[in-house]
Amino acid sequence: MSGLIKSSLARKVVMALSGLFLVIFLVLHVSINLASVISPDFFNEASHFMGYNPIVQYAMQPILIIGVIVHFVMGFVLEAQNRAARGISYVKYQGSANAPWVSRNMIYSGLVILAFLGLHFYDFWVHEMAYKYIEVNPEDPTRYYAETVEKFAPFWRTIIYVISFGLLGLHLWHGFQSSFQSMGVNNKFTPAIKTFTKVFAVVVPLAFAFIALYHHLNPITH
Amino acid sequence: MGILDSKIPSGPLADKWTKHKNEIDLVNPANKRNIDVIVVGTGLAGGSAAATLAELGYNVKTFCYQDSPRRAHSIAAQGGVNAAKNYQGDGDSVYRLFYDTVKGGDYRSREANVHRLAEVSTNIIDQCVAQGVPFAREYGGLLDNRSFGGVLVSRTFYAKGQTGQQLLLGAYAAMNRQIQRGKIKSYTRHEMLDLVLVDGKARGIIARNLVTGEIERHSAHAVVLATGGYGNLFFLSTYCMGANVMAAWKAHKRGAFFANPCFTQIHPTCIPVSGDHQSKLTLMSESLRNDGRIWVPKKIEDAQAIREGKLKPTELVEEDRDYYLERRYPAFGNLVPRDVASRAAKERCDAGYGVNKTGEAVYLDFDAAIMRYGREKALTSGMKNPDDTTVRKLGEEVVEAKYGNLFQMYEKIVDQNPYKTPMMIYPAVHYTMGGLWVDYNLMTTIPGCYAAGEANFSDHGANRLGASALMQGLADGYFVLPYTIGDYLSDDIRTGPISTETPEFDEAEKNVRERIEKLMSASGKHSVDYYHKKLGKIMWNKCGMARNAKELNEAMAEIAALREDFWANVKVTGEPNAKNQELEKAGRVADFLELGELFAMDAFDRNESCGGHFREEYQTPEGEALRDDKNYTYVSAWEYKGDPSKAKLHKEELVYENIEVKTRSYK
Amino acid sequence: MKIYLKIWRQKNAEAKGSMVEYTLEGVESDMSFLEMLDVLNEELISKGEEPVEFDHDCREGICGTCSLMINGRPHGPDSRITVCQLHMRSFNDGDSIVIEPWRAKAFPVIKDLIVDRTAFDRIQQAGGYISVNTSGRPVDANAIPIEKDAADASFNAATCIGCGACVAACKNASAMLFTSAKVSQFALLPQGQVEAADRVLNMVRQMDLEGFGNCTNTGACEIECPKGISLENIARMNREYLAASVKG
Repeated sequence: MSGLIKSSLARKVVMALSGLFLVIFLVLHVSINLASVISPDFFNEASHFMGYNPIVQYAMQPILIIGVIVHFVMGFVLEAQNRAARGISYVKYQGSANAPWVSRNMIYSGLVILAFLGLHFYDFWVHEMAYKYIEVNPEDPTRYYAETVEKFAPFWRTIIYVISFGLLGLHLWHGFQSSFQSMGVNNKFTPAIKTFTKVFAVVVPLAFAFIALYHHLNPITH
Repeated sequence: MGILDSKIPSGPLADKWTKHKNEIDLVNPANKRNIDVIVVGTGLAGGSAAATLAELGYNVKTFCYQDSPRRAHSIAAQGGVNAAKNYQGDGDSVYRLFYDTVKGGDYRSREANVHRLAEVSTNIIDQCVAQGVPFAREYGGLLDNRSFGGVLVSRTFYAKGQTGQQLLLGAYAAMNRQIQRGKIKSYTRHEMLDLVLVDGKARGIIARNLVTGEIERHSAHAVVLATGGYGNLFFLSTYCMGANVMAAWKAHKRGAFFANPCFTQIHPTCIPVSGDHQSKLTLMSESLRNDGRIWVPKKIEDAQAIREGKLKPTELVEEDRDYYLERRYPAFGNLVPRDVASRAAKERCDAGYGVNKTGEAVYLDFDAAIMRYGREKALTSGMKNPDDTTVRKLGEEVVEAKYGNLFQMYEKIVDQNPYKTPMMIYPAVHYTMGGLWVDYNLMTTIPGCYAAGEANFSDHGANRLGASALMQGLADGYFVLPYTIGDYLSDDIRTGPISTETPEFDEAEKNVRERIEKLMSASGKHSVDYYHKKLGKIMWNKCGMARNAKELNEAMAEIAALREDFWANVKVTGEPNAKNQELEKAGRVADFLELGELFAMDAFDRNESCGGHFREEYQTPEGEALRDDKNYTYVSAWEYKGDPSKAKLHKEELVYENIEVKTRSYK
Repeated sequence: MKIYLKIWRQKNAEAKGSMVEYTLEGVESDMSFLEMLDVLNEELISKGEEPVEFDHDCREGICGTCSLMINGRPHGPDSRITVCQLHMRSFNDGDSIVIEPWRAKAFPVIKDLIVDRTAFDRIQQAGGYISVNTSGRPVDANAIPIEKDAADASFNAATCIGCGACVAACKNASAMLFTSAKVSQFALLPQGQVEAADRVLNMVRQMDLEGFGNCTNTGACEIECPKGISLENIARMNREYLAASVKG
């Protein structure tokens, strides 16, 4: 199996699988977030479950973190190899003539997302860890909604989130459908897959952005 | 028998090859491991020969000037490969293929060789399919065939318009397998500059590494030349730019006889020359003549108006058009063989009826076919009274399905839409039937030096039929040469490795170095292309589609003078010890300047018209070729005697025991 | 027409190259792009300078030898053709044209615009064949019927001319389209099945050893391929490779 990772085709598959895994995570994430707009109570319940269920905390969360790390590390490795494979660069190179911008700039959309993840982890995950394990506060199944809405009070944070979701959309626009090609799926269903993935790449980041803006515009008034 | 022993086996024609294979000496597998063979050229003939020789166990070294064996010009063949499979059940047979080829060659090829070619043709298809060559298939999953010019059966196997590339990739794949096994050492970007003889036997070559400029010695027990034809003698041709006669010519100078140099095929359907800058000509597949009608204006003033751009061809009514092939050859019409179609086009253009700027083009018109197909399509789709626009639209769709890629290629080059206005075509040099003289075993007059494919002369006589070049290359390489060479090599099992440190190699390398030095140190007035173009003009005007004694004589003198000028005044830039395309070209043109003279001599000697060789003095009152079987049923094999003009003619009489020699008529 | 050229000049593999500017007058629109370079070279030779070296041979779009990056695109601005089929009518009077060699670590420059593409040969030597001896006597060609669709798909993959435009176009200098076309040609035929697993593993291994980049599915190769080789071939190779790895 280690031989597999040495091959360029296997690296593609690793990118595709880790990417698809993250896509599934996004679905879960956006679903729970949407609850925060529709039903704060349900949002609190779901968040509490995610925060205290041992399977989620000690099995799924590490897997997710590994997934994120693998996807990013492999992304950087591929980028470095690909740059090296060119050797001397062209004086004039018209990349736009034969490939869409998004497909050629996955590294940049990815880097923005990585930076965003830093902020996002700091905002929520670090906060959670501190709440639970450092400050050792008692369980409070009702706190999540208020905390979330509060986060979006500052305009700068909301804007950073919205921009990052835009980049996430671009990343998904190419990456989601590309993962099928990498795993060898290119057949009569491909046009349908492409349509679906592109709708996904628009709808999911839009939903995230909407939630962020919604909370920014609808602060909790005491 | 004299000096030329063709070694044709005795016995009935159909049994000769089998009998010969049973009787020749073989080399046992253990001994093959101790025998080296050099193969120069990696097209269909060279590639397939190298792969087969390596499979048999010989140690093979291949040489090609291209960056990969896969790029040899066999790749450009479009139409197909003939084989007497009779899959269509239309009465084809080995004999019929044999007969068509001999007749098509105007009774100037060797019966036994052609029959063997027809026999092994069926093996070629089996072999290629086993290798994974993706031939066209019918919906039932079986192989498809099409028909080709000049024959009455469908025996041509094809892979769309890329048969040559697919067959070559097959041979290249077979080579790759042997390269991987270590049985073939492939030298790419290498050019053979001389043949080395030891004790009168071919024992190696001097080659130049085209990347570093290094001169290398390579030895072997036998040398196979599969270096293609010499049509680039004409500068403009459908050959690739690098095609050259160097290997064959060097062998000629070392003692290999050169046979029928003047037998050249001029293909009728090529895109005309557009200006002085033209570097090569592009062929449009012969299949276009199945549906296109060839014509020029009937009135000379119309032709002139068209040339000046005052009149469009589409404005000319039927009565003002001269469908000259249909007029002259009612039976075959636009489907006459290549030599006949080419000459007829030249005759009209020479008479002033040419239709492009230079007056050297005729029309190939699809209008009638478009309307015919359109009406047919309308009827089958249930339209009762379709208007002309609808019919035309439907017809254009049918024509596009059949010839779309060719039409597109034409439009790219000429910038005219051939659906709307007739194509312009003109004949161009396409293939050389002549080449190194070989016996039945494909060995030249130098022991141990073999020639295969277009580089030899044996199978096509004075004119080659369509889809026969691929057949011959593969037949020679896969099925003939690898066996016949054993007969010669069986004497070499105790020879051991051939040393390159011998006086013979020293002498050959010294010659090569001196020649390069001489080329680089000429006075430097004109570029290599300047001479090549001049030679091409002489060849085309005086040794081209129609020749006469007076002009051939002039050509010989002019070529000799041009050669002298070349050696005194050519300008070769760059360094000898580095990549240097000018030096590569210079060496090739220098050879052409010698071969050109021999070519003219050969054409001058042959006082008859046959196949691609048309002597104006020898024609019927209707302008058809007049063969002289009594005096010229022979192969002209020229021996080098220090200068092309001193070449000595040897004749191999051709004996027809199985075919009645007749006048070729397509009326 | 008057054309301003910027051409990569490099004396040999070791030398450092640079872009050199030339102005060429009297260019005709009927000229092919390579004939335009011929004219430039004749001018250079008459001035005693070394002509620009570039690879070319058949000049009819089939041998795959010509290989120029023209204004940032392999084989120039037109689609589905090679450089030798490109004509000057695709340019205008006064245009500037930048001409560079293919750029890839696996395609080192030999001189000027000529690169070494033997990496492609080695990929094919690693398994791009069916092991059948020519000296043997195979079965009759029609003994195994092959579905027309499969035969056609195999042919479409086999139309690859090995020019390297896919590598040149790819921002990653990946050779996936080339390798996959070769893998597909055989994978689609029954004759190719026996060795299919080893073939794809060995060819991909060699492809990686040559130092080509990874595929990121930008699709540039498919757009620039003069023969229109489809990305489906890459997917097929991925499938074949995964299946072979799992099996192996």
